[in-house]
Amino acid sequence: MTEEPAPPRKPASKRARKTAPPPVAPPLFEGAEWTFDMLGRVHDAIGEVAVGEMGLDVYPCQIEIITSEQMLDAYASIGMPLFYRHWSFGKRFAIEQTRYKRGQQSLAYELVINSDPCICYCMEENSATMQTLVLAHAAFGHNHFFKNNYLFKQWTRADAMLDYLDFARRYVADCEERHGIDAVEATLDAAHALMNQGVDRTPKARRATSPKELSAREAARHAEAEAQYDDLWRTLPVKAPAPPDDPEGAKEAVALGLPEENILYFLEKNAPKLADWQRELIRIVRHLAQYFHPQRQTKVMNEGCATFVHYEVLHRMHDKGQLTDGALLEALHSHSSVVAQPGFDHPWYRGLNPYALGYAMMRDIKRICETPDPEDLDWFPDIAGRGDALAVLRDAWADYRDESFIGQFLSPRLMREMRLFSVVDAAEAKAVEVTAIHDEDGYRRVRRALARQYDASAQDPEIEVVEARLSGNRHLVVEHRVRDGRRLAPDTAQDVLERLAFLWGYRVKLREVSAEDGAVIAEHEAIAPAA
Amino acid sequence: MNIIDRRLNPKSRSLGNRQRFIRRAKSEIREAVNDAIKNRAVTSIDGKEPIRARIKGVKEPVFGLAPDTGEREFVVPGNKNFRAGDRIPKPPKGGAGGQGQEGSPDGEGQDDFVFTLTRDEFLDIFFEDLALPDMLKRKLKQEKSDKPMRAGYATEGPPAKLSYARTMRNSLARRVALRRPTEAEIAALEEERVEAEAAGDAERVRAAEAEIARLKRRRVLTPYLDPIDLRYRRFETLPQPSTQAVMFCLMDASASMTEPLKDLAKRFFMLLYLFLTREYEAVEVVFIRHTTTAREVDEETFFRGVDTGGTVVSTALEKMREIVTARYPVDEWNIYAAQASDGHDFSDDLGVSCDLLRGLLPICQHYAYVEVSSPHMMGASMESALWGAYKTVAEEASNFAMRRISAPDEILPVFRRLFARAREAA
Repeated sequence: MTEEPAPPRKPASKRARKTAPPPVAPPLFEGAEWTFDMLGRVHDAIGEVAVGEMGLDVYPCQIEIITSEQMLDAYASIGMPLFYRHWSFGKRFAIEQTRYKRGQQSLAYELVINSDPCICYCMEENSATMQTLVLAHAAFGHNHFFKNNYLFKQWTRADAMLDYLDFARRYVADCEERHGIDAVEATLDAAHALMNQGVDRTPKARRATSPKELSAREAARHAEAEAQYDDLWRTLPVKAPAPPDDPEGAKEAVALGLPEENILYFLEKNAPKLADWQRELIRIVRHLAQYFHPQRQTKVMNEGCATFVHYEVLHRMHDKGQLTDGALLEALHSHSSVVAQPGFDHPWYRGLNPYALGYAMMRDIKRICETPDPEDLDWFPDIAGRGDALAVLRDAWADYRDESFIGQFLSPRLMREMRLFSVVDAAEAKAVEVTAIHDEDGYRRVRRALARQYDASAQDPEIEVVEARLSGNRHLVVEHRVRDGRRLAPDTAQDVLERLAFLWGYRVKLREVSAEDGAVIAEHEAIAPAA
Repeated sequence: MNIIDRRLNPKSRSLGNRQRFIRRAKSEIREAVNDAIKNRAVTSIDGKEPIRARIKGVKEPVFGLAPDTGEREFVVPGNKNFRAGDRIPKPPKGGAGGQGQEGSPDGEGQDDFVFTLTRDEFLDIFFEDLALPDMLKRKLKQEKSDKPMRAGYATEGPPAKLSYARTMRNSLARRVALRRPTEAEIAALEEERVEAEAAGDAERVRAAEAEIARLKRRRVLTPYLDPIDLRYRRFETLPQPSTQAVMFCLMDASASMTEPLKDLAKRFFMLLYLFLTREYEAVEVVFIRHTTTAREVDEETFFRGVDTGGTVVSTALEKMREIVTARYPVDEWNIYAAQASDGHDFSDDLGVSCDLLRGLLPICQHYAYVEVSSPHMMGASMESALWGAYKTVAEEASNFAMRRISAPDEILPVFRRLFARAREAA
């Protein structure tokens, strides 16, 4: 199919298939049953297409067959194969299980983990066709994306992740044994509450440590503490603290590297009262937050890439005769329900479907490369009519995230097809106002609004540590920069603040400051619970 | 590529998380359990029907932007006839511009959902901090069952019990100690010989051949696996003390025991049964009902049958003694008894009953007497005939406890106090 001259979409490809030589390869399977042998053959056949023909670059893949219960398990621990123990995962499991049992939700067919080797869970209930679809989607689509996208390359270390999780699990279990479940739980609870404030959004020069070093460091700390222990120290009189020579705390702020957006990092390094093991727990939570951060920023692209890949791969396999007509139809049925996008007034509407948007954009880029309209030539002079759509897509998958990808590649034609329009919702207004629709005047505004909608740093509240005193009253001040008048939800803010105060150990203030004029809009405060 | 079948992995991977969650939500779950005891039908009390707890208190707060402040712009699909500048009135509350529905249909948010307890978890919480008094017999038990226990390794045994790891460890140690030549050593010599032959050095060839022959002989003399290496897993059968109990349910079936009173009694018996099944491998139940005479009956008759006549408590106690003698040797069985009555008894019979009871108490692990009465009959000053008589017995014996119940929701507290008291005494 790659050799054929780029056909205008549907009618021509039908013709092409009719005139194509009869299938040379026998179908890989018939019927719904699958076997381990067959999965291996299917994997290799997909590999031929995806890597050989489409030029994807993937981690070696580890396929794991699991039951529905194990899938629920995986859901509960954010998809990770091993995870430390915490009640919130038990809660999530119970919620998912209730929904599943009531039939409110069906389980995903697969789950894939950004690791090297790339772990891909397939449910045992899947039919042979679905396993094929799932392998093409996850083991090649997502896998390629994980391996090549710059965010993942920059922020996650796929080869070390499983080791790190293993370390985290053992470390938490160890802490529970040594310091009690309650103490560990309190620390983890507090750290979880600040998880979204535990990511670096821009690269910083911070040394990474390997899991081995981590446990070695911890062991050394412990041994040191034991070696140094002498009951005599206890009897020494406590020296009166030196008077602070830095009354404004200005020097201190510089030394602490304020302002700091990564609150967990700040606490781990500077919170005065934390024990070493608590710092390490915070560090674990922070690392996990950082690990998941790229996935939050690339939801549309990641799913779009995987969906595009499975669609393309399955069609090519069908063309070769490796898939029967029945299998292709079954796969397409599932495919079309995954990429369905109900309109805003439809009872099933639950916001924009990342699969639908992502897949539509990938198809659209392919169209622009192969059969551009005059409009496309205006909008996308670089890629329109370039021909090699896969090369363009591979570059896009590597170098963009959702926000920049949409800002760059959402075409007027797709906006018209999806009938996208942007609205402004102001809290005090009685009506929402349509600001732009899919017309000549509106394309750019709709595109900008949509890109912003997928910008994690624009959607998360912008919160920073701005002031911290390690002497004197030792208070900590965090600031929320209020943009467009959007304030924090007060009750959860107070709850989180209390957890923050628990970690900091002293009084904590949260100021909501207008980003436009710097005026203080509101203040919250929490005091650390008495130890 | 690598395919792994994970389906056979241990199932309870999330068990630790679940236990931690139950710990966390304990107060709410306990409330649900207590409600279940109070309000459920008698037959479903045994936890076979799942207990659901509505959980609210376990929050996981994060900083979030309040939906009702400021202004935000967002994109929605499916425009039909809007133009820029159109205004769409907001629905009365919640999502704007068709921005999905807030919350799930049945109003369960993330922090408020229904949690289903398993039977075991239910019972754990239900009987939390209760203990069976005198769980083991004071007398030495007859050894009833034998259980195989690991007991190290033996040099002899059936092939099925061969311990490969131990055997190979011995074999390796022996081979190293006796310097058994390895294949590699011989192969090296063979090479040496071939080399020497090629070089035409007859002396070296002969030396190599001799050495090879020596090594080969040595290999035969020190076998890879010698019978003295073999180790077998050894099991010893350990006698297990029998953990079986028999529970006697004694109930007054005279006309004064109305249906609601029987129902109260039944709930109490049910609890005791559940409690015993948790502690013992096998629990047998004997039902004895009495009017002026006593007979052993099946469960259905026990609770539902109607008899008429007066009340002679001693007949039931006598019957119990007979059954114990006939079927439940004291040294093999843990004997529990629970008696329910409305407290009526012929005054002539009271002394006889007390004497019989004194005779029974030493062979019982625990004897509980519950007096059921309708709420309006409850009065602190009103003491029934039987209550007054039993009180003297209660003062003498530590394994006898008595309580009054007049409403279903009193059962659990009474039950708890019965066993709490017995434990303190023990």
